Amino acid sequence: MTTKRNAESVAAAADFDKLNRDWYIDKAVQVLVFLGGISAIIFIIGIFVFITKEGMGFILGDFSFTEFFFSQNWRPTSENKATYGILALIAGTASVTGLAMLIAIPFSLGTAIFIAEFATGRTREFLKITVELLAAIPSVVWGFIGLALMNPLIIDIFDVPVGLNVLNAGIILGLMAAPIMTSIAEDALKAVPDRYREAAEAMGATRWQVIYKVVLPAAKNGLLGAVLLGVGRGFGETMAVLMATGHAINIPGSVFDSVRALTATIAAELGETAVGSPHYQALFTIGISLFVITFIINLIADLVIRDVRKG
Amino acid sequence: MLATKQQQADNKMMAISTTDLSLWYGTFQALFDIKLDIKQGIITSMIGPSGCGKSTFLRTMNRINERLDYVRISGKVDVMGQNIFAPEVEILQVRKQVGMVFQRPNPLPISIRDNILFGHNIHSAGKTGKSEEGEIVESALQQVLLWDKVKDRLDHKATALSLEEQQKLCIARLLPVKPSVLLMDEPCSALDPKGTEAVEELLWDLRGKYTILIVTHNMAQARRASEECIFMLMGKVIEHRETGEMFLTPQHQETADYIEGRYG
Ligand SMILES: Nc1ncnc2c1ncn2[C@@H]1O[C@H](COP(=O)(O)OP(=O)(O)OP(=O)(O)O)[C@@H](O)[C@H]1O
Ligand SMILES: [Mg+2]
Repeated sequence: MTTKRNAESVAAAADFDKLNRDWYIDKAVQVLVFLGGISAIIFIIGIFVFITKEGMGFILGDFSFTEFFFSQNWRPTSENKATYGILALIAGTASVTGLAMLIAIPFSLGTAIFIAEFATGRTREFLKITVELLAAIPSVVWGFIGLALMNPLIIDIFDVPVGLNVLNAGIILGLMAAPIMTSIAEDALKAVPDRYREAAEAMGATRWQVIYKVVLPAAKNGLLGAVLLGVGRGFGETMAVLMATGHAINIPGSVFDSVRALTATIAAELGETAVGSPHYQALFTIGISLFVITFIINLIADLVIRDVRKG
Repeated sequence: MLATKQQQADNKMMAISTTDLSLWYGTFQALFDIKLDIKQGIITSMIGPSGCGKSTFLRTMNRINERLDYVRISGKVDVMGQNIFAPEVEILQVRKQVGMVFQRPNPLPISIRDNILFGHNIHSAGKTGKSEEGEIVESALQQVLLWDKVKDRLDHKATALSLEEQQKLCIARLLPVKPSVLLMDEPCSALDPKGTEAVEELLWDLRGKYTILIVTHNMAQARRASEECIFMLMGKVIEHRETGEMFLTPQHQETADYIEGRYG
């Protein structure tokens, strides 16, 4: 009897040892996961430090705040006097993104409403997969569509000399931003509890009344988050806008004017500048501005979406 | 011939009158040939074990069950003498006529005022003036004894109210469109005893003005808060009588067993 009990307690002690090993594994995994988690932050800070360092010489040296932000003369390679004004580039990015949103917002909102509120079963699954596929199209392919398909089309339809312009890039960018916006907007609509819809329908509201009086107001923060993410996407997009805008420095007077985007400028010129030259540093300063703008937009989007989850 | 005439006259007195009402969820039959006549202006309670089809019956009365596309219904339902499944009848009108209160209070995530005005706005054609809106809100909230408590925060979100207040609000928001029948599916089950008592008192106040059909799992509540009582079992109506009588001398063994707590 006693021996048996002793044996049992020995076994228990052995178990205890094993638990100890598990404890170490657990700790190790915890540390790993923690490192993985903060690595994103480390990378972001690293990138920011890097681009700031590269651009700093310019900011401290030749940089003039008024010239940089309020002059439309971007002539970094001028022989006599190089000027670094990005106003026209800002106007280019803003006009293309603005038009893209005008196209993408109704489009993605409509699709999201259809998927979330009307489509059922197969149709729904099919649409969701299609939207995800659209999101996966590489931006150079979109740029190619802008260049090879939209360009002649715009020239034909509107009888203008060039088809690479705000209209072209805006449409392309709108189509590019729409899938992710649709996805997020649909999530926001789905997050509205069904009992709200049921309550409204039980009072005799039609499907449309339920949507615009109950579902949309209840989902408005999530929808705003979707739009802001789309805007962020528009600001940051490079390849497609490089190919579809015409890449001409210009403050656009109409959608048929060619423009040049901030991102496209960096992409096109960085390879041809001497490392450390004022031009090189000026491009990095554009990078800093872009970084700050997209960071702020994403931060707002994030805060807004988080607010949705809480409410 | 005479019998049918007599029957028609009776039907006129009935708020709800069903014949051979059956309902299927897909292939699963939830209601079997329900024949019920529910009198106007009184409170009728509906009891029965879980899953016997009480909610299903209620949800058929204002056609909210038809949100589900796999629901199939046969038979006839008259509300205030009008067949609600007749082809010329508009589903939205049925839902206006027959208000529904759910088990979990479900005010819309908008202001208290907008909750009250919601039904009114979707059913009235023109625009309602501000002062008239104010009157509608006050009168609805007065009827559910909520006015004094919330009159200073009509613009607050309704979802911030206590559960009892939310449930009262859910009753109040039905009133501006002047429904004839109020359906209540376990309206007190999310409330504490005090809230339950308050809502019961309210129902008693509303009696006469509206026909009330209330589902409850609470035997005591059925007993003290209703005038007639319906006992359902497995999708069928077993017994429908005056509440006091039913609890005192149930006619069926199943009813007796249930009342005495021998079912789940
Ligand atoms: N949406 C649905 N789809 C399929 N079956 C359903 C659905 N709703 C209810 N049922 C089934 O129909 C039967 C009746 O359900 P119902 O909700 O009407 O019961 P109940 O009497 O209200 O029960 P409880 O007291 O638990 O609320 C149950 O067997 C249930 O499983
Ligand atoms: Mg139920």
